[in-house]
Amino acid sequence: MNETNATAAQAAQADRHAFGFWVYLMTDLVIFGVLFAVYYVLKASTFGGPSSNDLFSLSTALTNTIVLLTSSFTCGLATLAAWSKKLNQTIAWLAVTFMLGATFLTLELSEFSRFMSAGASWQRSAFLSAFFTLVGTHGLHIAVGLLWIAVAIVQLKVKGLTPSVVSKLDRFTLFWHFLDIVWIFIFTTVYLMGIM
Amino acid sequence: MTHFILGDLTWAALPHAWYTIGATGTIFVGGIVVMAVITYYKKWKWLWKEWFTSTDPKKIGIMYIVMASVMLFRGGLDAMMIWLQQSISVGNAPGYLGAPSGYLDASHFQQIFTSHGDIMVFFVTMGFFFGLMNLIVPLQIGARDLAFPFLNSLGFWLYVAGAVFINMFFVIGGEFAASGWLSLPPLSEIMYSPGTGVDYWIWSLQLSGLGSLLGGINFIVTIIKMRVKGMTLMKMPLFTWTSLCSMALVVAAFPVLTITTLLLWYDRFFGMHFFTTTAGGNPMLYVNLIWMWGHPEVYILVIPAFGIFSEIVATFSGKKIFGYVSMVCAVICITLLSFMVWLHHFFTMGAGADVDAFFGIMTGIIAIPTAVQIFNWIATMFRGRIRFTTPMMYFMGFVSLFTFGGMAGVLLSIPGADFELHNSLFLVAHFHTMIVSAALFGIFAGITYWFPKIMGFKLNEKIGRRAFWLWIVGFFVSFTPLYILGFMGATRRLDYYATATGYQPFFITAGIGVCIIAAGVLMQVWQVVVSVRERKDNMDTTGDPWDGRTLEWATSSPVPFYDFAKKPEADSRDAFWEMKKRGEWPRATARTEYEDIELSKNTGMAIYLSGFFFLFSFGAVWHIIWLMALGFVGCIACVIIRSFDDDTEYVIPAAEVEKMETLAWKK
Repeated sequence: MNETNATAAQAAQADRHAFGFWVYLMTDLVIFGVLFAVYYVLKASTFGGPSSNDLFSLSTALTNTIVLLTSSFTCGLATLAAWSKKLNQTIAWLAVTFMLGATFLTLELSEFSRFMSAGASWQRSAFLSAFFTLVGTHGLHIAVGLLWIAVAIVQLKVKGLTPSVVSKLDRFTLFWHFLDIVWIFIFTTVYLMGIM
Repeated sequence: MTHFILGDLTWAALPHAWYTIGATGTIFVGGIVVMAVITYYKKWKWLWKEWFTSTDPKKIGIMYIVMASVMLFRGGLDAMMIWLQQSISVGNAPGYLGAPSGYLDASHFQQIFTSHGDIMVFFVTMGFFFGLMNLIVPLQIGARDLAFPFLNSLGFWLYVAGAVFINMFFVIGGEFAASGWLSLPPLSEIMYSPGTGVDYWIWSLQLSGLGSLLGGINFIVTIIKMRVKGMTLMKMPLFTWTSLCSMALVVAAFPVLTITTLLLWYDRFFGMHFFTTTAGGNPMLYVNLIWMWGHPEVYILVIPAFGIFSEIVATFSGKKIFGYVSMVCAVICITLLSFMVWLHHFFTMGAGADVDAFFGIMTGIIAIPTAVQIFNWIATMFRGRIRFTTPMMYFMGFVSLFTFGGMAGVLLSIPGADFELHNSLFLVAHFHTMIVSAALFGIFAGITYWFPKIMGFKLNEKIGRRAFWLWIVGFFVSFTPLYILGFMGATRRLDYYATATGYQPFFITAGIGVCIIAAGVLMQVWQVVVSVRERKDNMDTTGDPWDGRTLEWATSSPVPFYDFAKKPEADSRDAFWEMKKRGEWPRATARTEYEDIELSKNTGMAIYLSGFFFLFSFGAVWHIIWLMALGFVGCIACVIIRSFDDDTEYVIPAAEVEKMETLAWKK
């Protein structure tokens, strides 16, 4: 198979991968859609337990939001670096993204443990089941994202900026921005409206 | 410590009832016999290299169909057990095998009811359709493979893992969900179903549901991105169109199933309160969510069949399909409408007249695009030169049954009538008419129609037609009484009824019908046996045994593993028909130079990954935390290892393609 054919085939494959990943993201969006719907339906079902007003703190949620939005920005910088073939810069920005993501996850887990120690566990009421599941599913996705970054950094170290590694990195970026968008909805409709 | 190692597993989980011992015995003896045969003929390596690890959609398609056939027997056995119980469990009739009445106790009967429904929907119908799509869609659009061959293999092995998992309870646990095919709460909650049956149900659906989802993504990307030059969307064959619509439904609906059943498991495992009757949970939330998946699901089951029948009626009438554009519009309409009718499954929820009226009207409206299709099919036959082959017989059986059952559906869409008929056998008769006529007959027709393309020889026509007649007669005999029983007030899931109800004669008639259907199934098995034995007489040497119209016939039979030596082009809807008209077929007149072909390599990774997910699911059912951790880490490790592998394709040089092509056409 000659050179131009191979490049064209590679481009077509990257295109298919990107499109397939978009379709996957839409299925994930449906999952979040269901979790949001479940949360709205069960929000008032506190069963005599603490409500969103009693539990949520604006400062934690806001810190989380700022951290995650910043990580989306650094993730974008990593992509730009990868596109302009700057290996070390790519790795550096990915590492920053990883740190920010890990910070987000730590903050979220400490918030969860604060709720738990205040007697507001997921077993307390339907509202809390829905809260922990919605926010926790997002957190789980972030954890998967962190693992993905770690693997991506290893692949960059081992293989360099090959087309296949860059195409995977592009998909990671989509994933990370997607989680950001989901978080915006969690921040506004769960936290802000919960405190209002 | 013991609890850490074994979770909730105890000796009591081993088989001790007659049916679990029987099934476990059958599984083990059958397994040992199969393995012995494979070992005797030294076929392990061949199976592993040529089949299990293959990423070739044709091989995966055949494996799907084999697996689905096995599950059809399993689900059919359930059906016969249900009918036997209902025929004899009446009044003061004596009980057998320790049951108070009939031969099954109430809980066992409900478990069979659940597994019959789930197996037929998830493992028979969906398995067959994924198989047929794997076989035919790439050929129809002139592709050599699916967009993601590895995901295709993974989807198949997850489906297999799910199919094995739904039978696992025979061996370990001894009980399946007794809560119906959708396991509605609060009955399916831990408080009312404390055993592992519901967990087995949840995790077999997680396994197979994820497989379907991956398949859905794969086919969408394949159909959108990999069509041959010239084939615009509105030139696609109708089976490809309906596959695309059905897969769009899979992608939109299956995540809902995944997350809804997962939430139920959270309730059961973590003690959450989504659907419980305490702590603010809301069981009707589950019912709404599950039907938001469930209604699109029934269209996932029938829409591909619409496409199969469209191909068949055009081919055997010798005419192009009547009203192609309206056909496509109708399918798209049905696809969209299927998301707007879920509430008609539970008008009795009490959402109020306005809500019920909306959903009733939306449901009635679905009859319109469906009728458009039926008129188009009939108009295609009109003044055509019809050949009454087996696929065509199934098609005509389908049109009559589907119209009949569809009108019962329109009747049910009226909320007032539905309040009377809800949960009755009338409903059971209605949806069996729809699913059997469209999905099953579609599958049988499709397999008969495309069999020569895949295997290289036709199925025996005479026996095929006999099987069809047994099926359709058996169907009427077994389901007409159910419509009547529904009007008489018989509800579904009846394991016992009083003599004074007068149900028994109808149940017995239905039972006779089941026996006729079973004879039909045996006839189909016989058909395959005879056809394989006499394959020399039915060889397809032309690649075009039925005088077909679409691109899948533009290659030799059986299809070479690279599909097309040179990719065809499509400049019209019936691309192959036009080729023939232009005299570019048979191939001898159209010899061209060959090119290198790139195909994806075999990989066992899909099997390992599904295996780890299986272990995770087993741990989740029995609360074995370390096993869940092992399965989880294993899955992630497989994904990471796979992501490092850049060498996933191989090239067949042009010279080799030419050699194989010459050989294929020499016959």
